[in-house]
Amino acid sequence: MAYPDDCKYSDEHEWIRVEDGVATIGITAYAAEQVGDIVFVEVPAVGTTLTATQPFGVIESVKAVSELFAPASGKVVEMNGALADAPETVAEDPHGAGWLVKIALSDPSELDRLKDAAAYQAMIDAA
Amino acid sequence: MHQTPLDAQHRALGARMIPFAGWEMPVQYAGIVQEHQAVRTAAGLFDLSHMGELWIRGPGAAAALDAALVTAPSRLKDGRAHYSMICAPDGSVMDDLIVYRTAAEEFLVVANASNREVVAAALAERLAGHDATLDDASLRTALIAIQGPRAVELLQAHTDIDLSPLKYYSIAAGQVCKRAALIARTGYTGEDGFEVYLAWDDAARIWNHLLEEGKAAGLVPAGLGARDTLRLEAGMPLYGQELDRETTPFEAGLGRVVKFDKDGDFVGRAALEAVKDAPAKVLVGLRLTGRGIARTGYPVYLPAAAEAVGRVTSGTASPTLGHPIAMAFVPAELAAPDTALEVGIRADRVPAVVIPMPFYRRPT
Repeated sequence: MAYPDDCKYSDEHEWIRVEDGVATIGITAYAAEQVGDIVFVEVPAVGTTLTATQPFGVIESVKAVSELFAPASGKVVEMNGALADAPETVAEDPHGAGWLVKIALSDPSELDRLKDAAAYQAMIDAA
Repeated sequence: MHQTPLDAQHRALGARMIPFAGWEMPVQYAGIVQEHQAVRTAAGLFDLSHMGELWIRGPGAAAALDAALVTAPSRLKDGRAHYSMICAPDGSVMDDLIVYRTAAEEFLVVANASNREVVAAALAERLAGHDATLDDASLRTALIAIQGPRAVELLQAHTDIDLSPLKYYSIAAGQVCKRAALIARTGYTGEDGFEVYLAWDDAARIWNHLLEEGKAAGLVPAGLGARDTLRLEAGMPLYGQELDRETTPFEAGLGRVVKFDKDGDFVGRAALEAVKDAPAKVLVGLRLTGRGIARTGYPVYLPAAAEAVGRVTSGTASPTLGHPIAMAFVPAELAAPDTALEVGIRADRVPAVVIPMPFYRRPT
């Protein structure tokens, strides 16, 4: 697939998209494919503070548990409640309905350290 | 790193390969859940060529194995098999095994890939003084398993052996796809099925043929990921998780396998007789009633207690049952069904209840 140009990407395979000062975070299609059958997603509650590069939640597949790493710092303003009953949405639509959390960025300049779609594509092509 | 004779097949099928016990093995092709469901409803084809095949032959083979293992292979009729274990003198499990008697003076002992060398060395030592020889055929023997409710019809189309009279835990010699093979009605999935022992160089052709011809009936290649969830639902132990050098057969709920009534001594007898009625820990099945998945090594607690009383050995989200299951070691007094426990999952305590194993039993 082509990775959306309106997102930035972390080395840990999370995407982040900023709209009206709120950043939406999810995992990339590549990560979703690597994780496999997703059966459980655990993301932090509204009000939790995320720190860039630090773990903020987990995705469980049948086989293993994988940590989620925050692509940027900020306070959670919304979590994707639909994932509690339909965690497979993350695999089915990782860049859309399978988003994880929305945060209010505490330092938008952190996004400059992330990759654009072309650089991210190059990274996974080399993997 | 060893490669099985089916390495090119796995890669062509798009398998994700992982290192496992010194081998490059397919962990999944289309996906663990899909492969798991195929085995429960149709059939799956597994490459198990990493397993260890050890032949014990000679007039003293039966007596030697009786002294080396916790079971009594001398009691097996020709063409029959049983589940066994090889223990250390302290009673701990060195490996769990399938022992097939292929002739009066010939046995095939199948060991886990991770323990092949340990088992071969221990058997060589324990055969000393008996009129028996050991032949480690692991690196020239391929093993393909076909497992699932449609396994009989799918394999029958390609073999001259009549499979219907072949009983569970039996083995017969014949041909598969016109090549010499040993067909055993054994498996590690909780389903009916077969394990087919082949010459290394015959494996690729037979794998391709079975898969191609079986596709329409729902046969899919299945990897180690599905093998693990299938055996876990079936309540079968995995060496390194439920069994290890810290665990006796009695602790793992496998005391029935140990044959104290056989003649003569066997390695581990004295230690096992001393602990058989009072295991230090007991393996139980857990159903998690809260959210989350118990994984290997997670602590087990009494509700609201601070100190862990046990640990999870294996756990997954059961694809067949649709809820999380686990196996865990707990003290004997907490092993009764319906005992309420908690599993520590990261920062949370998730409620769990002891339930009987197996978690899944195939419909009869």
